[in-house]
Amino acid sequence: MAPLLEIKGLKTHFSTDDGILQAVDGVDISINKGETLCVVGESGCGKTVTAMSILKLIAMPPGRIAAGQIIFEGRDLVPLTSNELDEIRAKEIGFIFQEPMTSLNPVLTVGEQIAESLRRHEAVTRKQALERTIEMLKLVQIPNAEGRVHNYPHQFSGGMRQRVMIAMALACKPKLIIADEPTTALDVTIQAQILDLLQDMKERFGMAVMLITHAMGVVAETAQRVVVMYAGKVVEEAPVDELFGDPRHPYTQGLIRSIPRIDLDAEHKTRLEAIGGSVPILINPPVGCRFAPRCRYAMSICTEKEPRLREVSPGHRMACHLGDTSLGGAA
Amino acid sequence: MSQYVLRRLLIAIPSLLGISLVLFVVLAMAPGDPFAELATNPNVPPEVAAALRAKFGLDDPIHLRYLHWLSAMAHGDWGFSFVSRMDVDQLILQRLPATLYVIGSAQILALLIAIPVGVYAATKPYSLFDQIANTLAFVGFSLPTFFTGILFILIFSVTLDWLPLVYTTDVKGTGIRWVLEMIRQAIMPVAVLGLFQAASMTRFVRSAMLDVIRLDYVTTARAKGLGQAKVIVKHVMRNAMIPVVTLIALQMPAVFGGAIVTEQIFRIPGIGSLLISSILANDTPVVMAVTFVFACLVVLFNLIADVLYGWLDPRISLR
Repeated sequence: MAPLLEIKGLKTHFSTDDGILQAVDGVDISINKGETLCVVGESGCGKTVTAMSILKLIAMPPGRIAAGQIIFEGRDLVPLTSNELDEIRAKEIGFIFQEPMTSLNPVLTVGEQIAESLRRHEAVTRKQALERTIEMLKLVQIPNAEGRVHNYPHQFSGGMRQRVMIAMALACKPKLIIADEPTTALDVTIQAQILDLLQDMKERFGMAVMLITHAMGVVAETAQRVVVMYAGKVVEEAPVDELFGDPRHPYTQGLIRSIPRIDLDAEHKTRLEAIGGSVPILINPPVGCRFAPRCRYAMSICTEKEPRLREVSPGHRMACHLGDTSLGGAA
Repeated sequence: MSQYVLRRLLIAIPSLLGISLVLFVVLAMAPGDPFAELATNPNVPPEVAAALRAKFGLDDPIHLRYLHWLSAMAHGDWGFSFVSRMDVDQLILQRLPATLYVIGSAQILALLIAIPVGVYAATKPYSLFDQIANTLAFVGFSLPTFFTGILFILIFSVTLDWLPLVYTTDVKGTGIRWVLEMIRQAIMPVAVLGLFQAASMTRFVRSAMLDVIRLDYVTTARAKGLGQAKVIVKHVMRNAMIPVVTLIALQMPAVFGGAIVTEQIFRIPGIGSLLISSILANDTPVVMAVTFVFACLVVLFNLIADVLYGWLDPRISLR
């Protein structure tokens, strides 16, 4: 079965005063119908830019999709104009953003902001749109939806605003929801509620979810499949159990080691491990593996040749020279 | 809402009192005397002049004179113009329509230019259109109105003879001809004042738009597939207009100040030129009244701006 969305060799570049910033540099990601895919990585690894590139929501210029294909239901979205993409935005692919505090327009009621999406994509009257909006607000468990629909965003708490965002993204029942760090700006207790709600909605509508996060805890809780990104590239991709049970890429291993554990006895507790160094600047990135400067296993080949994404077991791919037999017994 | 407006009007009373006190003191200390003409006129005996001074209380201490003026104002007596030989309120009512007509049209022209140009320039920053608009705006607010005014007169009245040189209130003709003539003679002053206003406003609208256009909720709106026009008008403009309203309100004193100059250039018989001629003629009651009218207009426009604010931004509740 063909995947719902297939990103092939995507390169998104930004022109800056210092040169071309290769924010996304040859990314392959695919999502099947009804699947939850998590994209993880540090800040600045290109997760958000990848997601925003799908619907061309990045600022162009300075941003530019330099190469690649984004195939959604058999149709390449890259050559489409913004007007043509408008038919897909919200209707086929819904977006949930990171900051519920700033992602809603302060001068319009939440009802108006949800309803405008419905009225854009479906032949509904103003009254029908309002009814559907109230229904959506009830679905995302906003109490007193009939009254709240006429409220402005500043009259909602952060968690409630994120529920409004979810209602907005779901209003047209899209086939794919892209959630860009939907819980990062929220309290931990609210985070769990929002993730549960997202999971719930996903099951109810049978849509696929592309969840972008940097929290490994969120990944473990929600994902079916995980893509790990580093410095604008995919470094590892695996089903969630396999990723946590048998992480192959040194970067993934580092990410998993940096998860705080409370299940260990006091005497086994050690300092939380961090990955030393920081993400490289993606203007004229170094040749070879981009993780090599921070990698504890780095070999001479790592700074010479870029590792290719290769399959290590069915459904599990990673990009590292470690254990690559074709290199002739290295590692 | 109406309660808010009422309270704001009540708050305006002390500030207007303060303004009037400052104006009165400054005018009292200023050189010049409304009766200077009497003192130098050999036909007026000195004792008559002295009696008149006593009658009008000109030699009273300043606080008494201020209280006199205040109680007279409260009774609707705006004073008497020694130069024009008529009541000040009549004089102002005669002159105000011309000023409001010119300033009002100029502001409307400025908005009609500034909003579309500023909005369009902001949607395509650093494009050719934006560069041209920016350059023209820069030129526009660098040129003072007394310069462009004279330039316009030289080109359109003197050289081309398309437009009348002097603005008059008693336009000949009736009906449609009267309307056309009123429009024709207002073209130059309205263009000079309006273009000057439009220049700074365009730059302000553009930067306000650019501030909003990169905000998260605009991306949210784009993600809904609303289309560029709707995103700009409904989501960006509505928010960008909030600071623009403040600017327009805060610019009102400058607009009236600019109108004084423009009225002098085009000989418009408005209250601006009335103010200048009254100052030159030492006609203190008129100077006092006109500056006070300006103060009231400024306070009024600030109130209008605040009400518009509450309407544009639901986060501000007018209570």
